[in-house]
Amino acid sequence: MSETAHLQVRDLTYRYDPEAEAAIDGVSFSISRGEFVAVLGHNGSGKSTLAKLLNGLFLPSSGSVTVSGMATSDAGRTWDIRRTAGMVFQNPDNQLVATRVYDDVAFGLENIGVPSGEMPGRIDEALRLTGMLEHADRAPHLLSGGQKQRVAIAGILAMKPEALILDEATAMLDPQGRAEVLDTVLRLNRVQNITVVWITHFMEEAARAQRVLVMDHGRVVMDGGPKEIFSRVDLLRELRLDVPPMTRLAKLLRERGVDARLDVLNVEDMVEEVTRLCPSCLKN
Amino acid sequence: MLRDITLGQYYPVDSPVHRLDPRAKILLAFLYIIGVFLVKDLFMYLPVLLYLAMATWLARLPFPMMAKSLKPMRILIVFTFILNLFFGTGSRELLRLGSIVIWEEGLLNALHFTFRLILLVTGSSILTLTTPPVTLTDGLERLASPLRVIRFPAHEMAMMMTIALRFIPTLTEEADKIMKAQTARGADFETGNLMARARAMIPLLVPLFISAFRRAGDLAMAMEARCYRGGEGRTRLHVLKFSRRDLIAFLSMAGLFIILLLPGILK
Repeated sequence: MSETAHLQVRDLTYRYDPEAEAAIDGVSFSISRGEFVAVLGHNGSGKSTLAKLLNGLFLPSSGSVTVSGMATSDAGRTWDIRRTAGMVFQNPDNQLVATRVYDDVAFGLENIGVPSGEMPGRIDEALRLTGMLEHADRAPHLLSGGQKQRVAIAGILAMKPEALILDEATAMLDPQGRAEVLDTVLRLNRVQNITVVWITHFMEEAARAQRVLVMDHGRVVMDGGPKEIFSRVDLLRELRLDVPPMTRLAKLLRERGVDARLDVLNVEDMVEEVTRLCPSCLKN
Repeated sequence: MLRDITLGQYYPVDSPVHRLDPRAKILLAFLYIIGVFLVKDLFMYLPVLLYLAMATWLARLPFPMMAKSLKPMRILIVFTFILNLFFGTGSRELLRLGSIVIWEEGLLNALHFTFRLILLVTGSSILTLTTPPVTLTDGLERLASPLRVIRFPAHEMAMMMTIALRFIPTLTEEADKIMKAQTARGADFETGNLMARARAMIPLLVPLFISAFRRAGDLAMAMEARCYRGGEGRTRLHVLKFSRRDLIAFLSMAGLFIILLLPGILK
């Protein structure tokens, strides 16, 4: 296995039950080390199932998933795979185990048999990286949703993972919590070179990834940079996906005969585009 | 209404008793209970009471708080006293009120039971007042772990207790939310007789149970994703170590036992 393909998925098919329709239907892609990939799709598109296949919580019905060269179907490597590809789930209340933040971060370390003496250093580091160090002694139920998710991320970071899979980790959070969590993960991706698979249905979040996979009916239907993906407004509509507001504005401008480009993702891009189209408009 | 449920009764101050190893505290509580039952002579409760007072003082627990721990037991204590007083039989008559006879043995028994109950309740509340529930669970797991050879699921029990403690506030909050939602739709939880009130709980309990099962499924998945695979090969963040403090505590308990057993030996 080459070092560049960190997560490798080949002809992956998964059925919840042998007679059922395939939840994942012949998917292949590979993700390089250090990449930040967003997986988009509406409800039931198979994106959460894909997440659970990536760290061996589900095993492929056919095809293969390889994490850092280890196949998830190899029962002997299950635990190595799970500590390599850590996972954060949707509901912030249902993934913390202990009654104190500090103890919860220790949970994974206890499970993988890290010597007691080594734990405090790793826990402090993980809490520092997620900005939760000052809350170390608090009870999880007293934290905000965004803080709980950051504790969950810290719990995984302490295990020193190489990849982080976030299965709609921001879906139940308020806008501030969403921003907190996304910023934390973006920073970890940049600074620690952790590969990130960010599963979401929020376009604004996907727009900040390096690469976007769009899923529909268990297949990957689009794969590319966010600008490339979002400029295909009509196809996204067809998949019942929204486009970022600024991209939609560009599309509307085009429909009215303005020659705007469609790879506009945010307000800054739009300002640039408008300046290009009409240099005099933004004079003052 | 559901907000005022407190978890355990841990009294957070720093004291030598708080810092004892939880295993030592559990064992000491156990020995103390045996000690209370060793008392044959009424005035021998005095050393036990002194020991208890000393422990309370060392644990920096306010004495009124200890008295408060008896409050839920007051009916039972009074009831036990009366029952033993009036229904005991013996050989020496103390008092005769019509057909009711109070015997000396009856009075002695009643006093014994009352003292025992009071001392047992206050004594064991020192354990729960000075040990956070999670630490207590930890201690229980470690103490019970030798029983694994007879397949006693020590780790699983402790993990269940920890998770229960973690989820009680979450589920309480949820129950509160469901209650408000149902009240908004006209449900009435406050009025009616016992049966009506019990029936009114159904629209609260059903959604709560469903949600609890869903949470359990999610949590199991999350725990597995974090490499949880039972107690085998697990290391612990908190290492329990017996210290000199624990030894001193055990010596003090031994002292109490000598005092309690001395009259019997001297006879």
